Amino acid sequence: MSELSLKHVTQNYFDVLKEIGNIGAGNAMTALSQMLQCKVDMQVPQVRLMEFHEVGALMGGEEQLMIGIYLAIEGDITGSIMFLVKQDSAKHLVNKIMMGMASEGPDFNEMEISAMKEVSNIITGAYLNSLSMLTNLKIYPSPPDLALDMAGAILSVPAIEFGTMGDHILLIQSQFYDDVAIDGYFILIPDLESYSKILKALGVM
Amino acid sequence: MSEIIKVGMADLKVCASPDGLTTLGLGSCVGIAIRDPMAKIGGLAHIMLPNSSVIRGSEGNIAKFADTGIVELVRQMEAKGAKRNRMTAKLAGGAMMFAFQNKSELGRVGDKNVDASKQILAKLGIPILAEDTRENYGRTVIFYPETGDYVIKAVGKPEKII
Repeated sequence: MSELSLKHVTQNYFDVLKEIGNIGAGNAMTALSQMLQCKVDMQVPQVRLMEFHEVGALMGGEEQLMIGIYLAIEGDITGSIMFLVKQDSAKHLVNKIMMGMASEGPDFNEMEISAMKEVSNIITGAYLNSLSMLTNLKIYPSPPDLALDMAGAILSVPAIEFGTMGDHILLIQSQFYDDVAIDGYFILIPDLESYSKILKALGVM
Repeated sequence: MSEIIKVGMADLKVCASPDGLTTLGLGSCVGIAIRDPMAKIGGLAHIMLPNSSVIRGSEGNIAKFADTGIVELVRQMEAKGAKRNRMTAKLAGGAMMFAFQNKSELGRVGDKNVDASKQILAKLGIPILAEDTRENYGRTVIFYPETGDYVIKAVGKPEKII
């Protein structure tokens, strides 16, 4: 049993996560640009350790409509990963993939939800791949599950998982562009035991 | 001038009429609204987890848990002049935001939050007048101690008052 709590996340670990985030997001962008067949640029991802109430504000308020994609991870480490993107950005992405054939307005039909799941699969898959490669740990994602709701409500899910370990949530903000800016957020939620596994595998602990 | 006071995640606040209380984007968390209709004092707690005793490293945030949060909310209301035997409660939230959560222990946390809140309220002798709980969508709530109205807003659904 590990005594590690999120409060004791070291600067070292922070840097490592940033690097994973960077490489992961880089891979994700490459995959995305292949899928969209256009150039996709990105900014250096920001790793943030935030209190619960700050997270909503970062994403434009607790009532900001967002798409949340949630996957369980299994293998050498267990936990879950969430990818969040604002509703309008998500619609933009989906429209790109559907070659401009997406429906009008902010809502998502079944086809568009399916397309969005596919995009998220690619993005989270690329991210998990880099984590897996860097750590040499086997990581298998479950099929994605999607929710369109208020940021606060979607975030309550990872927040509760972090809540069992402390009062903070750790997230990676990565902004990417094609012709518009798209703000995406990764939240990696390893189970408490998996934290030390990741750190050990990376030689931090 | 009346004011609507914001309650964050893992937070609780008490106010007196004509002020109101709100919490935005409740997901699996539960918003417990308690009111003393005579003193017109109200309280709102936004709890995340059912039980403080099973969690390590809680870092002392008592508003995070149903058991400690509700007890503290009642204590603060009493300190403001509310009487326990007049208090009534309304509940909202406790949704399951993602379908696959159903498979994990923590996934049913919404249900457990609702159940735990009800147990604690029963133990404190505070009757529950209404609830809008569970399901699979987020809720924003506004609570008015003046009338006891608990306004519930959800994406793509008509506003309701319980």
